[in-house]
Parts: sequence; structure tokens; C-alpha cells
Amino acid sequence: MEDSLLLKKDELLTLYKKMFLIRRFEEEAARAYAQGKIGGFLHLYIGQEAVAMGAIACMRPDDYFVTTYRDHGVALGRGMTARACMAELFGKVTGCSKGFGGSMHMFDRPNNFLGGHGIVGAHVSLAAGPAFKAKYMGEDRITMCFFGDGATNIGGFHEGISLAALWKLPIIFVCENNQYSMGTPISRTAAQPEFWKKAEGYNIPGFRIDGHDVREVAEKFKEPIARARRGEGPTFIEVVTYRYRGHSMSDPGKYRTAAEVEERKKQDPVRIARDALLEMKVKEEELAKIDALVEEEVADAVKFADESDPPDEALMHSLTLAKTGEDPYA
Amino acid sequence: MREINYRTAVREAMVEEMMRDERVCLMGEEVGHYQGAYKVTEGMLEKFGERRVVDTPIAEFGFAGVGIGAAMVGLRPIVEFMTWNFSAVAFDQILNNAAKLYQMSGGQYRVPVVFRGPNGAARQVAAQHSHSMDPFYVNIPGLHVCAPSTPRDAKGLLKTAIRDDNPVIFLEGETLYAVKGEVPDEGVEELIPFGQARIAQEGTDVTLVAWGRPYHTAMQAAESLAKEGISCEVIDPRTLRPLDHRTVVESVKKTNRCVIVHEHWEHGGTGAQLVDLVQREAFDYLDAPVLRVHNQDVSMPYAVNLENTVLPTVERVVDAVKKTLYVAS
Repeated sequence: MEDSLLLKKDELLTLYKKMFLIRRFEEEAARAYAQGKIGGFLHLYIGQEAVAMGAIACMRPDDYFVTTYRDHGVALGRGMTARACMAELFGKVTGCSKGFGGSMHMFDRPNNFLGGHGIVGAHVSLAAGPAFKAKYMGEDRITMCFFGDGATNIGGFHEGISLAALWKLPIIFVCENNQYSMGTPISRTAAQPEFWKKAEGYNIPGFRIDGHDVREVAEKFKEPIARARRGEGPTFIEVVTYRYRGHSMSDPGKYRTAAEVEERKKQDPVRIARDALLEMKVKEEELAKIDALVEEEVADAVKFADESDPPDEALMHSLTLAKTGEDPYA
Repeated sequence: MREINYRTAVREAMVEEMMRDERVCLMGEEVGHYQGAYKVTEGMLEKFGERRVVDTPIAEFGFAGVGIGAAMVGLRPIVEFMTWNFSAVAFDQILNNAAKLYQMSGGQYRVPVVFRGPNGAARQVAAQHSHSMDPFYVNIPGLHVCAPSTPRDAKGLLKTAIRDDNPVIFLEGETLYAVKGEVPDEGVEELIPFGQARIAQEGTDVTLVAWGRPYHTAMQAAESLAKEGISCEVIDPRTLRPLDHRTVVESVKKTNRCVIVHEHWEHGGTGAQLVDLVQREAFDYLDAPVLRVHNQDVSMPYAVNLENTVLPTVERVVDAVKKTLYVAS
């Protein structure tokens, strides 16, 4: 894949399917939330799908991923089943985290997805850990860490990048700049709104790309990933994106106008990918077939989550401390 | 048995475990080239190299996070805090990541990391550098908390901590590092299990419970009281989470009196927890209220005369014991 810059048709088809899955999955999650089937916080990734999928397209199955609480996109993109993802939202024992994490804390060890993290910026320091391990063990696996524009203001972000740069760890720092730190626009949170420029302070390469076209994202991620794999250290990539929904389900989004959101939707990453496939002479019927499969998968996930059992107290007590030496996932 | 100091005992545990298991590494400020701020890690860089003995910048939050993340994927890092005072800036990593990720991942990710360093007052370093951090950490499910008082316990517990699959808070003491004690001979491996208190001295009149530096204060008080014909049973819980309160309760059923000595403030913590457990489980055996000797409820002053009044002293322990016996001091 590193030889050709543009995605091939079948690659783009795969990415489109995943992006459409994330989109439809979250729309149904929002519906279930409104029905009271999902509790707590629910942060939707709708509008940002091309960022996760473009990045994931360039990574190997044995590479590590760490992301924020807005984590369904990376979870599904990385290979978590819609069933495990939805059941987690429903607080069921069949969920990826057995109903102990919920929306913000999804984990998928078989797919090397180290979470879903709820404390802004702390996970940027944590993400340097798997990168440290890879270098320590002499492996050429890399780590990809996503965070929002809001995270660039907190210490955990700074300390994580600072250490990774110092030790030349194999990690890609991906700033998903969706323009808002919860309800506050970047004009009121950041003295330097061009976040990629912070890379200079750590003496690592940094650049900004647009995050609406999954092909462009994938293309721009290839070289930094190859660089990290060669052992030349981290890269900071700012990806400009936009979330169509509120910060979470409880956010009516009064800090931005309907016109602004509508304008942004003209750059819908799912539609851009679909149009690109049509341009590549993929037949409408073929796409309709994919769409139908996704609809089926999401409906099945909701049914599965609905019918699954919640976790019990015995499981709760068994999950406070691990029994040393008995790791069923090893 | 041979006699070594606490500092050497801690180092031996790390060296032996690093020799046994390549996944064990050490990181922290000044642990390598400087040979350790308190010389605990002296010689380790020469022995293991920069790959496994990693000097970090002053970034506790960051390198605590690195240790946690590396532990999730198979390393067994030992993260040294120059002192536990500085763990306050890494508290979120310990509270929200180290202690939570096993549960929040539904058991998928373990965090076998050891956080270690000196805890408590180092003498005349004032309010920000004199904290006993144990009450903050013992409150958190998902952690083990060790507070060894002797070289033997330090070595045996640290080896157990490094092999445990859960995050461990390992509280040493700056004023303990030079303390000498018997430790099994080289080549004789001793792993001390968590949750087993040690009866340091048997006695009949009162049960004294203490860990860390105050353990030595309590032992001195017991010696002084013995001269007055008062027999103390001294118990060192060794690990504060899990806490072996049964050994304490059994002792109180025999002595009918209990005094707990600890270095942190009065409100909350293992001392208060022990009082609660003793009154619940040995209520009918108590002949006096359970008393505690602890830091006065102030920030630590620099002036040595005042610092001496804030920390538990032999005299205060002796007075408390006599109070439980209704003997005039």
C-alpha cells in the first residue's frame, strides 16, 4: 500500500463501508439514547468518520490505538463488532468492556485498541507507553493517539508528546480539530489556533490536513507512519474536521448556528467517499447492497444489545483486581 | 541471614527481578546517570544499560502515564517518584488510569506497574515535601499499597509487587533508607505475600500498630514501656491495601487495648480504618477507647522545634499507651 498514493477501488469500498457503519451505528445509538436505553454520556463521531478511517487504513493489525471518549469511530473502524459496541452502550455483559466502561471507555484487546479515555489529555501520556514498549522490545509496531483540539491545552498532552519526542518513540499524534472544546470555540481556548505548529516546540514534524476526504487523510498519513516505523520518531498531524452533533447528547449546541452546521454538512465525509466511488465507476446498486448490509448489521446490533443480560455483582467484584498469572487474553 | 540497609534491600529486589524478567524496567528522575536521588538505584544503569534504566525529565504525570501504557501491553515497569510528594501531579494517572483500566476494559487490560519512592517527612523540608501520601492511595480500589518498615519486608514485598499483575503503590522512607536489618542471604529468595501483618513483638497489655517510620517510633516506645513493666504487642501491617486487620483484632482480643501510630493527618486513612475495624470486631473486648498518635492537624513547619511536635514521638506513644491503661504518665 505504501507504493501507491491513491487508494484503490476495493480499499475505498472497504473504508466507505466502515464509515457508513459508524454513521448509521451512531444514528441508531442516538435513537436508543433518546429511548433511555443508553445512559450517561454519549459523544458522537458523526462528521469525523474520515479521520479515523483514513488513519486506520494505513495501520497494521498489530499496531496500537488510543483515543478519547469520542471513541465509537475508532472502535468500529479498528474491527470491533457492532454487537460488542452497541451492547457496551446498553450496559450489557456482552459489551466490549462487559458493561463496565460504557460509551467513553471502549477497549478491544484482540484489535490492539487500548481505549476510549475519559480524562482529557491524560491518555496522550499513556499512549506513549505502548510506543515505549514497542521500542523497548525492538518491535516495529507503532501507536496512534487521537485527541481533540481541547486537549492541547492540558499538561498530559504536553508531557506525553515531550517524552515521545525525546525518546523518538514510534507514535503518531493526531489532533482532531473539530473547532470546539465542548461548547467553546478555539478562538476562546487557544492562543495558537494552528495546533500543528506546537510540533515545533517538541522538535518533531507537524502539519495540518483537511479531514473530510478519507483518501486525502490516508494519503497524508502514510509517510509519517513509515517514518515512525523506521524508528525516526513521532509526527504531529492536525486534522481539521467538524462534528455535526453536539458535544454529547445533552448538548443542544447553542454556541453555533444551524446555518454553520448545514454549511459544514456539505463536506460530509461519507458522501464524499460515496461520490468518489461512483466516479470510480462503482455501480449505485453495489453501493446500495453495501448500505443494506450495514443497515442489517446495525439493526442486529441493537437487537443483540437489547436482548443481552446486564453484568452481575460477582463479575463486578472479580474485576477490581486481576488474579496474577491468569490472563485469559494473553 | 545477613544485615543490610533498607536502601540496599530495595535495590536488591529490583536488580533480582530485572535479572529474572526482561520485561521489568525502571524509570524515573535521576535513577540512571545520577545513581538515584537517594542512591537507591546506584549501579543499576551500569548493570542494565539505558534501555532498561531510563532517566526521565521532570514530568511525573507523563512518565507515570508511560509506565501505565507500557504495562497494558506487557512490560512490568517500576516507576520511581523522587518522593511521593511529587506523585500528587501524577495522581490522576494513578487514580483514573492505573486503578481503573482493568475494570473499565472488562478485564482485557492489566496494569502491572509498581510506583515506588520515599514517603513521609524527610526532616526539615517543610510543608510541600513532607507528605505521607498513604491515606490518599489506600482509599482507591484497584491498587495494592505496601508500606514496609524493615529491609527484609522492603525486599520481599517489592519482589511480590513487581510480579503482581496489578498496580502497586510502594511507600518507602527517606529516613528509613539507612535503617539496617536482617535479610535472607543472597540466593535465598523470599516473596512476602500482600495482606499478612507481621507481629514484630509479642506482648500482653496493649496492641501497638504502626508502619513505615512510625513503626520504629512504636518499637522504641515499647522498649521504654517494658522498663516500666508495660508489655506491648507491636504489629506491622506491612501492606495497607489489602489490610490484615484480623491479626490486629486477634491481638486486641488478647490485650484489650489498642494504640495506632501513623505519620499522616488524623482525618481518614489506615489508622481511622483500623479503629473502625477494631471497634466493630472486638467491641466486647475493649477496656479503653482505641487511641491514635499521628501528625498534628497542621501543614508541616520548617522549624525543627515545631516539626518535632507535629510528628509522632516516642513520648506521645508512651503517653497514649498509658492512657489506655489508665496509668498516670
